[in-house]
Amino acid sequence: MLRKLSLTAILLGATAVGAQAQDLRIALQSDADVLDPDQSRTFVGRIVYTALCDKLVDITPELDLIPQLATDWSWNDDQTELTMQLREGVTFHDGEPFNAEAVAYNINRSQTLEESRRKSEVASITGTEVTGEYEIKISLAQPDATLLAQFADRAGMMISPAAAEEAGADFGLNPVCSGPFAFDNRVAQDRIVLTKFDDYWNADEINFDSVTYLPIPDNTVRFANLQSGDVDIIDRLAATDLEQAESASDIEVASAVSLGYQGMTINVGNGDRADSPIGENPAVRQALSLAIDRNALNQVVFNGAFAPGNQSFPPNSPWYDQDHPIPERDVEAAKALLAEAGFEDGVTVEVQAPNSPVPQQVMQVVQAMAAEAGITIEITSKEFATMLQDQSAGDYMASQVGWSGRVDPDGNIHQFMTTGGGINDSGYSNPEVDELLNNARTTTDTAERKQYYDQARDILVEDLPIIYLYHQTWIWGLRDAVSGFTPYPDGMIRLEGVSLED
Amino acid sequence: MLAFIGRRLLVAIPTILLISVFVFLLQQLLPGDPILAMAGEERDPATIEFLREKYGLNDPLPVQYFKWIGGVIQGDLGISLRTNQPVSELLLQKLPVTIQLAVMALIFAVVIGVPAGILSAVKKGTVVDYAANVVALSGLSIPNFWLGIMLILLVSVKWGLLPASGYTPPGEDLVRSITTMLMPAFVLGTALAATLMRHTRSAMLGVLKSDYVRTARAKGLYERRVILRHAFRNALVPIVTLTALLFGELVAGAVLTEQIFTIPGFGKLVVDAVFNRDYAVVQGIVLCTAVGFIVMNLLADAAYFALNPRLRKS
Repeated sequence: MLRKLSLTAILLGATAVGAQAQDLRIALQSDADVLDPDQSRTFVGRIVYTALCDKLVDITPELDLIPQLATDWSWNDDQTELTMQLREGVTFHDGEPFNAEAVAYNINRSQTLEESRRKSEVASITGTEVTGEYEIKISLAQPDATLLAQFADRAGMMISPAAAEEAGADFGLNPVCSGPFAFDNRVAQDRIVLTKFDDYWNADEINFDSVTYLPIPDNTVRFANLQSGDVDIIDRLAATDLEQAESASDIEVASAVSLGYQGMTINVGNGDRADSPIGENPAVRQALSLAIDRNALNQVVFNGAFAPGNQSFPPNSPWYDQDHPIPERDVEAAKALLAEAGFEDGVTVEVQAPNSPVPQQVMQVVQAMAAEAGITIEITSKEFATMLQDQSAGDYMASQVGWSGRVDPDGNIHQFMTTGGGINDSGYSNPEVDELLNNARTTTDTAERKQYYDQARDILVEDLPIIYLYHQTWIWGLRDAVSGFTPYPDGMIRLEGVSLED
Repeated sequence: MLAFIGRRLLVAIPTILLISVFVFLLQQLLPGDPILAMAGEERDPATIEFLREKYGLNDPLPVQYFKWIGGVIQGDLGISLRTNQPVSELLLQKLPVTIQLAVMALIFAVVIGVPAGILSAVKKGTVVDYAANVVALSGLSIPNFWLGIMLILLVSVKWGLLPASGYTPPGEDLVRSITTMLMPAFVLGTALAATLMRHTRSAMLGVLKSDYVRTARAKGLYERRVILRHAFRNALVPIVTLTALLFGELVAGAVLTEQIFTIPGFGKLVVDAVFNRDYAVVQGIVLCTAVGFIVMNLLADAAYFALNPRLRKS
């Protein structure tokens, strides 16, 4: 009898604990790097920040900018001064108040902390002026259409000045922000635990007492954890598991086409290795592009779950140039182009690709398609870090590589296509394109910007320094107990309004 | 004996130094730039230059090495380029995890391997012997990663019996800690069980032919007592030696098993560190492992001294 009673008590106790502390478990594809918004660089790190650090502005799933810590903003007439009104009554996790001084501190830190990876994102800012407890004026050297979008990401994340001052470059070991959840603990490669921040300004929308992020790199194991109920949400369900996930009764799937792209970057002017048929002749690049059936590629490698593409922006993006739709495969036209360029007997292209399954499969499909047009593709597998190094150094002919994408269109094109751009590994240089992309960057009028991008695209589809192939689709797997999840094209997992019914 | 241990310790120091130089140079041969790997997608040149300077990667190689080894002597193993955590803290965090995995795997290996070995030796040439051999061979031949994934799909997904992957510290929840580790320990243990089974079998076969076993039987002892008391005890010496040696193999096998089951141990740390070109972490792990092996060997030698009087005299 006594034993029975104590067992009941234990069971009751267990249920009570379950009801008290609701934990949401999210499996990520990899482990985040250092948790300092000014220093971090990984995609999964940004997913963790979504719960940990609020930003000045946020985005809607349609990529419109909406208030978060800044409630309103306005530009002066010549677009060189941005005045922001800030949310009142917000505190950081350490109890410090959030105000205009804090914003000024954060912008300064992004610009001057030596370890900062945000410098280029806030380079246009020349100064800040605190014009009220909750108002700040940000001055720019020249108009910068990308700035607000930067504030919707890591450059706009506000950290506690007091904590940052004390920790210096080690801030990431114990980050203090103002988001819905506060940092609790981290075991590298195992988990990051955040606990609910009771004084959060939007606490009504938050339904969990804690969130645990678990890095599980293996796609099969990550999915198995979802199937067994060990985790509630998984990041990047593999396209090949999609069918199985959709047919499972206790699993929901959500998806959104990403902001990024995957393609083949061609060395057209980065050192001696640019002296190749494909590096020297736009016609050869056009022929290769025409030889590829992008829909078939998507079907074969990704079960049709991704989005075929031919530009820096996915076809569903407002920035996509509809005048240049995805080309139909045309082997005869590709052969004709090659013949015209003087390569009747075909050409050989050496393409380096990361040594993981997906890029290898992509390149094998491309290889088979290109062969029919007389283009022999030799695939060189490289470990990713090595591949990037060779790419920067110009020691490559072509590279299967991509970009995770940015909210503002500038982030997907400017640094790749302008002369001397930070990530212009292709070595592409065209003064006309430079001018158009620079103009697009300094114009805040959306319609006008779109025109500049379209004009640049008219040139780029001919020159093809990057042959775009497809756009990844973010696919999340959710236990059906999870409700209120909204997919965003930036791949983040926003927890406002998400709840768990068990 | 103390003199012996002292001598061995003195010899160990140059060994460890040699290993550290070797690992340091080996890392330099790895293609791929650690700073490029950590500069992020943007790869801003100013940031890259600053980081190179900060982590002393612009210094000539010998200077880099002496800076590092100088720190090691003072107990500073450097910091992880990726997470900014001190390497010594990472090592202390990971070591208990891998030890737990290795110990549990060893238990599986012994519990399966030793009885199977005895049984197949005693029933030599019968169906039981062949069956045990088939099982042992399968244990050796089935790849860890395949067995691991199959177990996850069957035990966790289909039957919902055990957690699919991950790790729970014993201090946090002992039961969950053990249940989470069961499958990985089993996967890691089966391969070793096979080796252990085959060695137990041959050791037992040797002993079973010896005179004192025949004497024991002649005395009219029960067969059970002959095998367990007389034969097995004597076969145990090579088995124990082998088990100790297997511990090294366990640590190596843990690398793969930890990857499959996402266990945040030593193996996973080293693999991720190599991929991220996190030099300080790789060096720290190798140094730590080398010291561990040397200490294990030393202990084994000392144990021989203690156990075998003939060695002590010479």
